[in-house]
Amino acid sequence: MNYHAVKVIYKFEMLRAWHTLLQTIASPVISTSLYFVVFGSAIGSRIQEVEGVSYGAFIVPGLIMLSLLTQSISNASFGIYFPRFTGTIYEVLSAPISFFEILLGYVGAAATKSLIIGSIILLTAGLFVDLTIAHPFWMLAFLILTCISFSLLGFIIGIWADSFEKLQLIPLLVITPLVFLGGSFYSVSMLPPAWQTVTLFNPVLYLISGFRWSFFEVSDVSVGLSLFMILLFLGLCMGIVWWMFKTGYRLKQ
Amino acid sequence: MQPIISVKHLFKTYATGHHALKDVSLDIMEGEILALLGPNGAGKTTLISSICGIVTPSAGSVSVAGYDIITDYRKTRELIGLVPQELTLGAFDTVWNTVSFSRGLFGKKSNPEYLEQLLHDLSLIEKRDSVLMTLSGGMKRRVLIAKALAHEPQIIFLDEPTAGVDVELRKDMWRIVEKLREAGVTIILTTHYIEEAEEIADRVGVINDGMLLLVDDKKSLMHDLGKKQLEIELKGTIEQLPESLSEWDLVLSDDGGQLTYTYDTQARSTGITALLQAISDAGLSLKDLKSKQSSLEEIFVNLVNLDS
Ligand SMILES: Nc1ncnc2c1ncn2[C@@H]1O[C@H](COP(=O)(O)OP(=O)(O)OP(=O)(O)O)[C@@H](O)[C@H]1O
Ligand SMILES: [Mg+2]
Repeated sequence: MNYHAVKVIYKFEMLRAWHTLLQTIASPVISTSLYFVVFGSAIGSRIQEVEGVSYGAFIVPGLIMLSLLTQSISNASFGIYFPRFTGTIYEVLSAPISFFEILLGYVGAAATKSLIIGSIILLTAGLFVDLTIAHPFWMLAFLILTCISFSLLGFIIGIWADSFEKLQLIPLLVITPLVFLGGSFYSVSMLPPAWQTVTLFNPVLYLISGFRWSFFEVSDVSVGLSLFMILLFLGLCMGIVWWMFKTGYRLKQ
Repeated sequence: MQPIISVKHLFKTYATGHHALKDVSLDIMEGEILALLGPNGAGKTTLISSICGIVTPSAGSVSVAGYDIITDYRKTRELIGLVPQELTLGAFDTVWNTVSFSRGLFGKKSNPEYLEQLLHDLSLIEKRDSVLMTLSGGMKRRVLIAKALAHEPQIIFLDEPTAGVDVELRKDMWRIVEKLREAGVTIILTTHYIEEAEEIADRVGVINDGMLLLVDDKKSLMHDLGKKQLEIELKGTIEQLPESLSEWDLVLSDDGGQLTYTYDTQARSTGITALLQAISDAGLSLKDLKSKQSSLEEIFVNLVNLDS
């Protein structure tokens, strides 16, 4: 195991966030506050409660997930895409380092960054609403698993993308709609039955549902199923990354 | 001497279908400086990239210090430093950070003294906290060299280290190479400049269209280089060389109108005066004289042309 290599990749990636510290911290704080103003106050004053939870609090897990998913993907995809784009990837490819170690460095750093952002959002949300976390351990577990899975997905996108447009395509066209339609701001039970069925095909629903359960013990689908789905997704991403590394897909000629 | 790098029947076909390497076999000795010469697109970078693990060979094998580059990649890559042809560097990092990164990436624990000395040797020490994108092209090339040397490799590949570099930096570059050689580092460099290969290398390899045409000691190439030819055009023609001229290294042209004399410029005397005397004594008269030297460049161009 080349610990030094993992360490420097991790450090280097974290340093990148450090350079843009203000953006790293300010943007989730500002956007979370805005969501609270718009959804929490404007809409929340009409909805009052969802499944016994105040609307303001109800949307917190969804809000965190929204940022977590987009941040994980954009951090991880940019982290690996940029060296490919500038050509500096040659150094990583010629280093005595296994693909697993490359992954550990890049995905580890991206996941850490989104974890930090998730925590910032949670703290910001705590300023607006009363939050109780029923299952802190599971809350953390869902948080970490999500950060890792979606950083992996971001890593895959960063290797797949051959232009900056493609890099932005998936987060914009796929992830954001899935999060919005996955029950971030409402309970699926509020939808007409036909739409409820459609929503069940949205993988993000399982994430948000499980995560929300760890706060309020209310969920759209069972917690076990949520956990199973996220682990399945994690496994799937691992499989794709493994295949990419094995074949050198878009990394090596 | 044991070869430190052994390339055996290496082939590379890119996804485009282009055959960039065709059955290249090559042994590189420990501590030597090998120059790879070849025109654009010959396959020099592809060969280097294959050995370093950036390009996956289509067939064949490479071993470094006895280890296979695929199965024992950790061992082989630790030993190798690569200075790429393009100026590929990050933009926002500092010199110090990027060099430290390289060292760690290759599995070496940090050693600020060594890196400081390295930056010093490369005249980069004053730039250690500079951001990469603020450096000039020549400085960036030095940084690339520093990165390649950061993990104290035993083998270093320099892919066209002097392309687009001014005279001053080129001299610096050769000083660096000389220093590395003294430290026992094996150096493989590619270049388009034949004088450069002549000046610095122990052996020269010529590669064209994916094939290694020759690898030879520079000395034996220099030997060919040291040969000069004198073309002597005669008034009229002769059937055969007169008996009195048989002791000279002379060739009579097919039409009998020209003699070619090959001699060694590095010998103490070329024998030209005596030859001309002998020719005139044999009753032949001269129409014209022309001397020409076969340069390494010519050998190179001939080889490449012959090949294509
Ligand atoms: N990624 C690639 N995909 C397809 N063809 C490639 C690729 N890289 C190189 N080639 C082709 O392979 C051949 C050898 O290229 P290579 O870069 O090894 O040449 P070179 O000898 O280093 O040339 P130069 O002196 O210009 O640097 C060229 O014809 C080139 O177009
Ligand atoms: Mg090249």
